[in-house]
Amino acid sequence: MSNLNHLETKDINVWFGERHVLRDVSLQFQNNHVTALIGPSGCGKSTFIRTLNRMHELIPTAGLSGQVLLNGEDIYAQAVDPVNVRINIGMVFQKPNPFPTMTIRENILSGLKLSGRKIEDGDGLVETSLQRASMWNEVKDRLSEPALSLSGGQQQRLCIARSLAMDPNVLLMDEPCSALDPGSTRRIEETILELKENMTIVIVTHNMQQAQRVSDSTAFFLSENGNPGEVVEFDTTENVFKRPKDDRTNEYVNGRFG
Amino acid sequence: MSNDVAPKRLKLRSKPSRTADKVFFAVAKAAGYSSFVLVAAILFFLMLRAWPAFESQGVVNFIFGAGWNSTTDPQIFHLGPMLYGSLLIAAIGVAFAVPMAISISYFISFLAPERVAKIATVIVDLLAAIPSIVIGLWGLGVFSPVAAEWGRMLSEALGFIPIFSNAVDIFLRSPFIASLVIAVMIVPIIASITREIFSQMDQEIIKGAMALGGTRESIFRKVILPTASGGIVGGVLLALGRAMGETVAIFFVLNLTFDDFNWFKILEPSGGAVASLVLARFNEALDTELSALLAAGVVLFVVTLIVNTIASYIVAKAQPWRKL
Repeated sequence: MSNLNHLETKDINVWFGERHVLRDVSLQFQNNHVTALIGPSGCGKSTFIRTLNRMHELIPTAGLSGQVLLNGEDIYAQAVDPVNVRINIGMVFQKPNPFPTMTIRENILSGLKLSGRKIEDGDGLVETSLQRASMWNEVKDRLSEPALSLSGGQQQRLCIARSLAMDPNVLLMDEPCSALDPGSTRRIEETILELKENMTIVIVTHNMQQAQRVSDSTAFFLSENGNPGEVVEFDTTENVFKRPKDDRTNEYVNGRFG
Repeated sequence: MSNDVAPKRLKLRSKPSRTADKVFFAVAKAAGYSSFVLVAAILFFLMLRAWPAFESQGVVNFIFGAGWNSTTDPQIFHLGPMLYGSLLIAAIGVAFAVPMAISISYFISFLAPERVAKIATVIVDLLAAIPSIVIGLWGLGVFSPVAAEWGRMLSEALGFIPIFSNAVDIFLRSPFIASLVIAVMIVPIIASITREIFSQMDQEIIKGAMALGGTRESIFRKVILPTASGGIVGGVLLALGRAMGETVAIFFVLNLTFDDFNWFKILEPSGGAVASLVLARFNEALDTELSALLAAGVVLFVVTLIVNTIASYIVAKAQPWRKL
């Protein structure tokens, strides 16, 4: 198994128009670790995760400085095609967003088709992707049914499987369980723990328990009094929750604000 | 505790109880049903007046035969070339209009800066509001000479393909020109509906496609277009209705040929359109011819109905996920 899944950011600053929303974010996402990004609404954690696969620049007023290095290479270098970045760094969104016009199978293969790559062993890829998202047994007999016939939790796991079919180095998850029931949430958390064996995972979550259950490291983002969001504390998840160094982290993880 | 006695059921009200609701209900109901009655009544009274023509010409001959002459004995009123012409012009017009309209909508919805998009939207909607007589005059005075030149160039370049050949060397008043004029009239209809559909696209789905390494082009082809196709076809249907029924604009730019079918030579000055036939003949028509023109109306009505039914069937078939 390749161990080349190292992602890090150096001094990331983000603007929307003139508004400075993130200041000097430097984080290392270790190989085969799950890193949780936590913080109150509006602290910039969702904005930050979007800079990691160049989805951020699709917003017309977006501005950015700093570097995002995947295995040492800056994904914002002039010669880099954003499309290739997004192939290597997959993303799962808050709301399940399977393609409504496609079947379950077509959804799995959609990334290859959209990025213009050849599909060599379609059946095999569909099976392994669904297995990695631990839903193969549920859907193996209904692969040609519309994706929207699945439940919300299954749709979200289908979206995970769809990303896995691209064989990314890194998987970004932006509050992947916020629209799901507890049962589906638990299954996705189990999937995350299995997936981290082979890839680096970054997850934005509002759920403190979830951060503790799935992540190895945690970064606490905070934006105070209208200042740009910053990383207050970045450490192992255990330290952030049990032995926070900063008072603000302590108050937040113990539910005193946010 | 005994379970033998069924619990007494309450009387539930599904009907409106307030007077205002009752009045509102009645008005809405009446309006709804009156549309059925209106369509049936129009068809019935048209049929009543049209019947003598169907009887004297024979229904099959009337619809599929060629020739329209009130001075012969017996008079001949056969609609074939006009009916075929209507369908041909509508089909070519739609073929020109659809790519144009989709491109406009894509530009407005996904590419243009906000200000430009707003202005373009207003202009496209304005285009839809131009009266057809104005389009007809423009078509006659301004556009026809230009389009005739295009026709000539097409014929010189591709004349070896039968549909572009022209044996008479006149390029005015051809089905080609009529289709282009029709395209101008229906582009705004299709464009404004398509734009509406595009604007309702779930942005999350487009983001999902982006995150999978989609390009603008592949996302448009594989995600946006399939999702929007039903709505676009709906827009095309509305447009077809206008194209099939268009009277005055076609009358100005097309040479109506009653006696022969022009099957495919779209650059030659010979074609047909049912509604334009009615306009051309109505003033001088007496008795039987008048009846024949009404019969033409009936046929146009029914054909439009059939075209619409087929198209909505296709839409429903093509989109199984809509049923979910």
